[in-house]
Amino acid sequence: MAITEENPGYKWVGTRPIRPDGLEKVTGKARFGADLALPGMLHGKVVRSPHAHAQIVSIDTSAAEAMPGVKAVITGADFPDLAANGAHAGDIDVATNTIARDKVLYEGHVVAAVAAITREQAEAAAKAVEITYEVLPHVLTVDEAMADGAPLLHDGMITKGVDPAPEDPSNIASKILHERGDLDQGFGEADSVVEREFTTKPVHQGYIEPHAAVADANSDGRANLWCSSQGHFQMRAYTATVLGVSPGNIKVTAAEIGGGFGGKTVIYLEPLAVRLSQRAGRPVKLVMDRDEVFRATGPTSGTRIKVKMGATKDGKMTAAEVWMAYEAGAYAGSPVGAAGMTAIACYDIPNFVVEGYDVVCNKPRVAAYRAPGAPMAAFAVESVVDELARNLEIDPIDIRLANAAVEGTQASYGPKFPRIGFVETLEAIKDHPNYSEELGPNQGRGVSAGFWFNAGMMSSATVHINENGTATVVTGSPDIGGSRQSMALMAAEELGIPYESIKPVVADTETVGFNDVTGGSRVTLATGAAVVDACRLVVEDLRSRAAKTWDVELDQVEWVEGQAQHIDGAQPPLSLGDLAKKSGRTGGPISANASLNSRGVGAGFSTQLCDVEVDPETGVTRVIRYLTAQDAGRAISPDYVEGQMQGGVVQGIGWALNEEYIHDSDGVMENPSFLDYRIPVASDLPMIDCSIVEVPNPAHPYGVRGVGEVGIVPPMAAVGNAINDAVDVRMTELPMSPIKVLEAITDQSD
Amino acid sequence: MSRTHISAVINGDETEFLTEDGTSLLNALRDEVGLTGAKEGCGTGDCGSCSVLIDDRVTCACLVFAPEADGATIVTVEGLATSGELHPLQQCFLEGAALQCGICTPGFLMAAKALLDRNPDPTETEIRYALAGNLCRCTGYDKIIRAVQEAAREIREK
Repeated sequence: MAITEENPGYKWVGTRPIRPDGLEKVTGKARFGADLALPGMLHGKVVRSPHAHAQIVSIDTSAAEAMPGVKAVITGADFPDLAANGAHAGDIDVATNTIARDKVLYEGHVVAAVAAITREQAEAAAKAVEITYEVLPHVLTVDEAMADGAPLLHDGMITKGVDPAPEDPSNIASKILHERGDLDQGFGEADSVVEREFTTKPVHQGYIEPHAAVADANSDGRANLWCSSQGHFQMRAYTATVLGVSPGNIKVTAAEIGGGFGGKTVIYLEPLAVRLSQRAGRPVKLVMDRDEVFRATGPTSGTRIKVKMGATKDGKMTAAEVWMAYEAGAYAGSPVGAAGMTAIACYDIPNFVVEGYDVVCNKPRVAAYRAPGAPMAAFAVESVVDELARNLEIDPIDIRLANAAVEGTQASYGPKFPRIGFVETLEAIKDHPNYSEELGPNQGRGVSAGFWFNAGMMSSATVHINENGTATVVTGSPDIGGSRQSMALMAAEELGIPYESIKPVVADTETVGFNDVTGGSRVTLATGAAVVDACRLVVEDLRSRAAKTWDVELDQVEWVEGQAQHIDGAQPPLSLGDLAKKSGRTGGPISANASLNSRGVGAGFSTQLCDVEVDPETGVTRVIRYLTAQDAGRAISPDYVEGQMQGGVVQGIGWALNEEYIHDSDGVMENPSFLDYRIPVASDLPMIDCSIVEVPNPAHPYGVRGVGEVGIVPPMAAVGNAINDAVDVRMTELPMSPIKVLEAITDQSD
Repeated sequence: MSRTHISAVINGDETEFLTEDGTSLLNALRDEVGLTGAKEGCGTGDCGSCSVLIDDRVTCACLVFAPEADGATIVTVEGLATSGELHPLQQCFLEGAALQCGICTPGFLMAAKALLDRNPDPTETEIRYALAGNLCRCTGYDKIIRAVQEAAREIREK
C-alpha cells in the first residue's frame, strides 16, 4: 500500500492494544490518592467555614489540641504571610485559598486542620476548633457582584484592562476585549439578526476520586508528598510557595489519578498535609469527603452571556457582538479570557466585538474544567447560529461551512490558523447516516460546533534501553486517560520494537525532568514529542554503536524495524537486543533525555449531532442518538481518543440537562452530593457514536493535536438546538431541566 | 475504646478483624483488612465505587457497618480473578478500553458480575439500568456497556 497521509504505514501508532496500566486497574492493585498508608500515619481533617463571607474574629484550638489522639492543629497563622512578604498577587491568592488568614470568602473555605491517630479522633477534634466569625454580606452571582454598592470581596480590587483604571475597587477583576471591523456596518449588511441572552450555572468537574494527599515531613524541612493530581511538579511548586520553602525540598510522587478534568491542576490539601506532618512528626493523610469536594474545589464558572449575530440570506455571517461575565469564585481568574478568544473562533466574521468580565463572588474559587471557559460561550453562540440558520432556512451544517475557519483564516483572537480540520468535522457529520435518520414525534435534531486551542508547554522524557533490548520510557506527566499507552505506541514506532517491549512510567519529581501539568490536551502532543525526541537520540546512538562495531561511517547504518542495518547489506543486522547486550563494550548504558517547550500546538475542532426526544407533558429531555466528529490530528491511540470524545460529550450532556450548583440565600450549597448534583448515569444515555477526523498537525512528528477538551464545547448547544427542533422552544438557561423546558413549552402555547 | 471482633470469608479466605461499631465496611476493608480495591467516591451510596458482593448481592460497602459483615461471604475486586486468571469482565474491560482513570472500574466490575451472575444474556437497556448506580465521569459509559455485552457473550459461549 502506498504511504500517504491517510495510510502513513505505521506499525504501532493507530492500533488498539491493551493499555500498559490496565491490569492493575481491573484487579484493584492500582494505587490512587487515598490508597497509600505509611507506618505511624495519622489521619487529618480540615475545618471549613460555614459562612459564605465572614471576618475571622478569633480561633481557639486549645480544646481540639487537648482531645485524645490529637497530634497537631494548624491555622492560617502556621503559614508565612505572603502578602506581608510582598509576594506575587497570584501566589497570595493560592495561599489564602489553601487556608484563610483573616477572612473567609466562601462556604467551605479552609480555616484550620487537625491530625490525630484515628479518623474518628480527627473528626471529633475538627469539630472542637472554636472559631468566632463576624458574618459579612455576600454576593453569589455576576449580577449581584457587579451591582452598584455590592459588598466587596477584596478591598483593593481595581479592574484590570480598563483605561484609565477605575478609581474605586469593585468585584470586577478584569475586562477583556477583542474587536475587528465595524459592527454597525456588519449588522447593516445582514438579512437576519438574532439577539439572545443566556445564563449558565457553576458546574463541577465531578471526578469520582476525591482529593487526597499523604505527607511525610522531616525536621530538616524536607518532605515527601504523595498525591493525586494532574501535575506533581505543579503541586510541588504551589506547595513550596505556600510553605515558603524551596521546591527542591519537596519530593512529590504522583499517585494514580481518579479523574481531574482540570480540577486537579491546583492545590488544596498538600501544604496542609505537609505542615501537619511537620508539627506532628509523623506522616499525615488528608482525604476530602465528597461534600468537601463540591463545597471547596473546582467548579467552573456560572455565567451571563449576551450574543447578537447577523448573516446575509446566503448564510454569510456579517457581524457578531458578544458580552460575557464569568464568575471567578472567591479570587480573580475565571476562564473568561479563553472564553473571549474561543467564542467565535470557529467562524470567519469580518466585524465583531467580544467583551468579557472576570467577576469575583462568594463561591469556591473556580478551577479549570475541560476547555475552560469555552463551553458556556459556545452554548450561547451556537444557539444563535442555529437560530440564524432557521430564520434563513439554511441547513445548520451548510451555514457553518459557509463561514468556517480554514487554513489562513485570521482567527478572531489574533493569529492566522495553520492547517486545521474544522470543515472536515462538519463534512463528517453531514456524511454520517445519523444525519438523515428519520425522527419521530417530539424528537428533534441539533448541530453544534466547538473550538479549543490545545496547549503545548514544557515536557521531559527519558528513554532507557534495558539489557535485553526492551525499553523503559519515563515521563513526568500523570496519566489521566491512557497517555501511557500513547507514549508506548510512539516509542514502539520510533525504536522499531514491539509495544509490549516498552514500559511507560510516570516518575516522581526527583527522577525525571520538569513536566507541566497534564492539562490543555497537551500530553500526547508535548510529552509525546519529548518521548519521540528521546527515542530518536537513542536510535542515533544505536546507529553509531553499530557503525563502530562494523568499523564503518555512521551514514552507512540505517535503523530499520528495531535493528541496525548496513545500507549495502555488507554486515549482518544488529538488533536492539544485540546492541543492548554489548553496550558495555560500545560506550556504556544506552539512554537519552529530551526536554522541550512544545514546538507548536494544533487547534482542535469538534462538530456534534444530537437527537433528543422531549416529553411535552413533563419537560423531560432524553438524548436518543449522539454523534461526535473531532479532529484528532493523528489518533495515536484510537481507543482512548474515542474515550476522550465520548467522555467530553457526556459531561456536556450533564451540563446541558442536569448539573448545577444550588445555593441558599445564605450562600450555603444545598446540593453537595452525587444524589442532588446529578451527573449522567448509564441509563440516561445512548451509545456515543464517534467519527475521528485526522488532519495532521504539521508541528508534531505524528500530527497529534490533542483531544482531551474540545469534545465538551459543543454539547450544550447541540442539546438545546435539538430541543428547539423537537418542541419549538429556544432554551437560554442551563441546565435545561424538565421544569424549565416544561415552562418554556407552556409559555409558548399560552 | 472497645472494638468488635468480626469473622468473614473475604475473597475465599477466612478473615478476622477488629472494628469500631460505627466504622463502615468500606473503611474496615481498606484500613483493617488491607484491601484498597473498593474506592470511596462519595461515602453516601451514590457513586458505586465501593461496590462489593456480600452474600452474592452487590452492595455499597460505604453503606454497611463493618459489624454487619460478621459471618458474611464478601467478594471484592481483588477476588474477581481466580488462580491468576482474569474474569471475562476484567479481560473485556481491558480489551475494550472500558476504563480511563480507573477509579470507578472496581465498582463497575462487581456490579456487572452481579448482573451477569443472575442474567447471563442482558439487553443493552438491562445493562444500563443494572449499572445506573455506578458513576463514571470519564468514559460516557459507551465502552463499559460494550465490554459487559462482550463478557456476557464470552461467558455464555464457555
